Amino acid sequence: MSDYTTQELISIFAMQGFAGFSLFSVLLLMALGLAIIFGQMGVINMAHGEFMAVGAYTTYLLSAMSEQYFPAFVQYYFIFAIILSFIIAGLLGYLAEFALIRHLYKRPLDTLLATWGLSLIMQQIFRSVFGAREVSPTLPEWLLGSYQPTETIDIPLNGIFVLGLTAFVTLGVFILMYRSTWGLRVRATTQNRVMSGAVGINTKKIDRLTFALGCGIAGIAGAAFTTIASTGPTTGSLYIVDTFMVVVFGGAASLFGTIASAFSIAQAQSILEFFISGSMAKVITLLTIVVFLMMRPEGLFSIKVRK
Amino acid sequence: MGAVLGVSMTANINTAVAAGVNTTGLAVTDKTVKVGILHSLTGTMAISETGAQEAEKLAIKQINESGGILGRQIEYIQEDGASDWPTFAEKSRKLLVKDKVAAVFGCWTSASRKAALPVFEKENGLLYYPTFYEGLEQSHNVIYTGQEATQQILAGLDWVAKEKKAKTFYLIGSDYIWPRTTMKIARKHIEKVLGGRVVGEDYKPLGNTQFGSTINKIRLKKPDVIYAAVVGGSNVAWFKQLKAAGITGKKQTLLTLSVTEDEVLGIGGQNLKGFYSVMKYFQSQTNSNNMKFVKEFKKMHGEDSVIGDVTQAAYLGPWLWKAAVERAGSFDVDKVVAESEKGDIELKTAPEGYVKLHKNHHLWSKTRVAQWNEDGQATVVFESDLIEPNPFPKGYQ
Repeated sequence: MSDYTTQELISIFAMQGFAGFSLFSVLLLMALGLAIIFGQMGVINMAHGEFMAVGAYTTYLLSAMSEQYFPAFVQYYFIFAIILSFIIAGLLGYLAEFALIRHLYKRPLDTLLATWGLSLIMQQIFRSVFGAREVSPTLPEWLLGSYQPTETIDIPLNGIFVLGLTAFVTLGVFILMYRSTWGLRVRATTQNRVMSGAVGINTKKIDRLTFALGCGIAGIAGAAFTTIASTGPTTGSLYIVDTFMVVVFGGAASLFGTIASAFSIAQAQSILEFFISGSMAKVITLLTIVVFLMMRPEGLFSIKVRK
Repeated sequence: MGAVLGVSMTANINTAVAAGVNTTGLAVTDKTVKVGILHSLTGTMAISETGAQEAEKLAIKQINESGGILGRQIEYIQEDGASDWPTFAEKSRKLLVKDKVAAVFGCWTSASRKAALPVFEKENGLLYYPTFYEGLEQSHNVIYTGQEATQQILAGLDWVAKEKKAKTFYLIGSDYIWPRTTMKIARKHIEKVLGGRVVGEDYKPLGNTQFGSTINKIRLKKPDVIYAAVVGGSNVAWFKQLKAAGITGKKQTLLTLSVTEDEVLGIGGQNLKGFYSVMKYFQSQTNSNNMKFVKEFKKMHGEDSVIGDVTQAAYLGPWLWKAAVERAGSFDVDKVVAESEKGDIELKTAPEGYVKLHKNHHLWSKTRVAQWNEDGQATVVFESDLIEPNPFPKGYQ
């Protein structure tokens, strides 16, 4: 280590810290939508990754269209792409709940199978429409490159952007769930569906909107991840494993659990990766989670729910 | 009368020749010969394998238009390997046993080839395999039209050591057989031959999209060269994050073994600009063979299509087969292989320039280093001499 100046070591330390935060925000953004659906409705949405891909493809389409027709718009389209991704993925989620999920609420294992089938159908649709090759939207200038507070520190701009977006979405979900009347109804339905119905809450409508919201957030995540990786028909299945890991480790039905879980997994992973190879880091992280879940099956945090 | 006699005699001779050619137990008639195309059209590998099967179809079409092989038109039967290795084995068996095809052009990953190999050896089929791969294999039933590892690796490393005065290397790859074997050979060459030093070696799980920590490690080690063999979706994330972290072609020499024009579509030229790829073929090559090939390929598969290294290698398959069959005067696999093993079948019309089939079933070929531009095409900056294939390199295992 004698080859390095203190300045350099501090820079690496700072950048490594940011790498951890960046991974944290990615994991959290992925898991948020799934956590809402799984936590509030008990539905395991295997098609979560594909709803993310819907967001990513929406971004790609908007990018391609603005390049083709409004070159001046290329610098700004990304913001609209995120909003549009939310709307489109949300609408598709709404539709999926109406056509498929609502018939299976009393059969949780069947929803698992049904949403898995849905994910395969969506993958094939992506392949037929967009082709098998991976695509990438053209990113606006302000998302490329890095921010340099000092000579030796480079903080990736896309990382900062995803971090900010995650904070924004998490805050939004928190306000919606814990500070709004609608959120109160959602939580009431989760705790006691029959009683909620009895006091006049339209639980069917609540379910549909919750599912749509979860899918919409997946869409946002998908749009945001186009800055980090590419989009292909099977992109969704790349993310689904990490997403489930975060949700299950955090404890279903707990927003704080999801945040804490994403944070600890991200930090463990990124610190380990710095010292050992990427594959081994992943193995160790997964093993730790398995051991933890064996001792504490309910995850980090759990809310008692009346069955 | 004489004329009539003449005609009937010719007909007889033709029938005799045809009978000789047709009695090989393969799907050969007087007019046609059946071959198989076996690539993934669905699943995660479809991204890469699409180009290969398009090139094979183009070659078959061109051969048919120029009169076919031994007067027979080639008909192809296409099967989908579905990115699933056992499926490759199963479809190979179907093509060989049920369809009795004379040759198969197919497979992409080493895993799919390894799965199909026992079937080809048992049924005595003939496979033309297009991908650059880790070497350490030479089957009676396979002709390898891509480069084996040493052809691709050594020339590239020699170039970077000489041209960029590189002494320290950081090796990074996806975690499976090809990058692992590749890096093993690269490390030996760097340490023993070039007198350089490997300052880091890292493998990421397939599909990994987070490179933040790795990039910081690289910064800490300050290698002269980053030597990369990351594949698939990870590849895209890798280059996007390098760019975002401020590591660009201007500041850092990076040599990759796994980026062709196909991958650039996903990665984006803006993220690759200035970095180098080592391949045997680049679409931008300006020899007349390639100009013609690119034009015909685009005519058949669309203006926007791009051609990567493996696509070009796949295109060579049907032509090499044609050359061997015509010399053997038969579609019989053993006879075709015997001709191929004579080691003097050349292809002067190859888009990459010129290739010659070695008796060890691999191709003599040149290795090229090219620098990526923003438009997704690369400029060739170095071209080696014709390199002898050496699938079992001594001192590198």
